[in-house]
Amino acid sequence: MRFKTRLSLDIAFKYIFKITGLLVLAALAGILGMLVYNSFSFFMDVRPFDFITGMEWNPTGKNPKYGMLPLIVSTTLVTFGAMLIAIPLGIGTAAFISEYASAKVKNILKPMIEMLAAVPSVVIGFLGIVLVGPGIADLANLPNGLNALNGAVLLAVMALPTIITIAEDAIHAIPKTYKEASYALGATKWETLCKVTIPAAAPGIIAAIMLGVGRAVGETMTVLMATGNAALLPDGMFDSVKTMTATIAIEMGEVPYRTTHYFALYAIATVLFGMTLVANLVGEYFINRFRKYHAA
Amino acid sequence: MNIKLSAQNLNISFGQKQVLKNINVAFAENEITALIGPSGCGKSTLLRSFNRMHDLSPDAKISGNLKLEDLDLYDKTVPVTEIRKRIGMVFQKANPFPKSIYENIAYGLKINNLPHGIDVIEKALREAFLWEEVKNDLKMPATRLSGGQQQRLCIARAVALRPEVILMDEPCSALDPVSTLKIEELIMHLKKKYTITIVTHNMQQAQRIADKTVFLYLGEVKEEGPTSQIFNNPKEEMTMNYIKGSFG
Repeated sequence: MRFKTRLSLDIAFKYIFKITGLLVLAALAGILGMLVYNSFSFFMDVRPFDFITGMEWNPTGKNPKYGMLPLIVSTTLVTFGAMLIAIPLGIGTAAFISEYASAKVKNILKPMIEMLAAVPSVVIGFLGIVLVGPGIADLANLPNGLNALNGAVLLAVMALPTIITIAEDAIHAIPKTYKEASYALGATKWETLCKVTIPAAAPGIIAAIMLGVGRAVGETMTVLMATGNAALLPDGMFDSVKTMTATIAIEMGEVPYRTTHYFALYAIATVLFGMTLVANLVGEYFINRFRKYHAA
Repeated sequence: MNIKLSAQNLNISFGQKQVLKNINVAFAENEITALIGPSGCGKSTLLRSFNRMHDLSPDAKISGNLKLEDLDLYDKTVPVTEIRKRIGMVFQKANPFPKSIYENIAYGLKINNLPHGIDVIEKALREAFLWEEVKNDLKMPATRLSGGQQQRLCIARAVALRPEVILMDEPCSALDPVSTLKIEELIMHLKKKYTITIVTHNMQQAQRIADKTVFLYLGEVKEEGPTSQIFNNPKEEMTMNYIKGSFG
C-alpha cells in the first residue's frame, strides 16, 4: 500500500473508533434523557420529596398513593442481602481457583461457573419458588418462603459467576514477584493471600463487586417471581418485598398510557438509574484509592 | 572463620532437566560471596535453594544437604517460614508491595510478630541508607520511589527482620551506575552484621564487593576461591575465558 493510503486509513480508523465510543455515550445520555423527560410529567403531579419518602405505594387505589420508599428499601434490602452472601463466597472461590486449586480442578470449575452465568433468570426464579423458598419457609417456620431472603439468595447465585470470574482474573494478574517477596519474608500462604495478593488485586475485586451489585439491583424476573411482591415497608429479611424493577415490570403492562401512574414508573426507573450511578461512583472512588499504590 | 551457610552434594532438577549437579559450597560468616557464571548456569537456582523458594515450584526435585550453621534447611520439622525469616532475600527486580513505604517494612515485622513501631522502621531504613530520603514521606506509595530507592527499600525490608544471611539475586541489574554504586556501598556496610551471598553478572561488581567468588558453569561449580585469586589468577581456563568476556 502506498504511504498516503496507509496514512488516510490510520486517520479514518481514528474517527471510526471515536464514533463508536461516542455512540455508547449517546445511548447512555438517551436513556437518561428519556427517563428524566417522562419523570418530569410525573413530578408535575407529585412532589419529588413525597415520592421518595412516601410510605405507601398504591397507584390504583381510589385515592392513589405514590410513595416509593418501600420499593427503595426492598431493592436495597435484597441487594444488600445478596452481596452479603455473594461477596465472601465470590472472593473466596476466586482465591481458591487462583491460588489453591490444582490445574485439573481449575479446568473443571471455571467452565462450570461460567455456565452458571448462562442460566436464564426465569429458571433461577423457578428454583426460588420450588426449592429455596420452601426451604426457607421450613427452616424459619413461615407460611411461605417468598420473601427478601429468598430473593437475596437467588440474586447471590446470579451475581456469583460475574464476581468470581472477574475477581479471579484480578487475583491471577498479580505479579509473582509480590508473592515471592512476601514468602521470602517468612509469610505463610494465607498471610500472603490476605495481606498482599488480595489488597493488590483490590481494584479488580471492587470492580467485580460493583458489577455484581449492578446485576443484583437491575435483576427483575427472579425477584418478581421469588419475593412475594408486597409493596409494604419490610421489617426484615423474612418479609415479602416488592423491588423497584419488579414494580416496573409488573405494572407497566397494565397501566393506562400517559397517566400519572404511567409516568410514576419512569420516575422509579430514574431513581434506580441514580442509585446504580452512585454505587458505581463509590466503587470507582475506592478503585482509585487502591490504584495509587500501583506502579504507573 | 565460621561457615554460616553450606550446601553438600546438592542436586536440583525441574522435571527431567537437571539444573544443579553435585554442588558443594560453603559461605563464611560476615563475608560477601559472589556467584558468577553465564545465564542459565544455575546461580539463581542455587541461591533460591537456601531459602527454599523452590518449594513454590511443584516440579522441583532437590537432594543433598543444605545447612544454616548446624540447622538442616530441609528438615521437615523446621517451619519454612522460620528459615525464610533467618535467611532474607533481595530480588533482581525491586518488588516493593503496593503499599506505603512504612507498610512495606512493617509487613514482615507484623507477620513475624516482631515489634513494628516507628523506631524499628527508622532503624531499618537508616541501615539501608534510605531514611534521609523518605523520612517525610513514609505514607507515600512505595511504587513512587525511583528504581534504586525501591531496591534499597527492599533491602531495608529484608534487614528489618534481623536475618542472619541475606541472599541477593542480581540486585543491581536493573539500575543505573549511580544507584548501583549506592547499593554496593550499602552491601559492603551490611557485611559487618550479615552474611551475604550475591548473584551478579557484573564482573566489576564482584571484584568491588566480594570476598569470595564462586564460578558456576552448566550447573556445576567450576572454580571457587578468594575474589582476587579468581579474577587475577584463575586456575581453570574456562574461568579465565568467562571473566575476560570471551563467552557468557
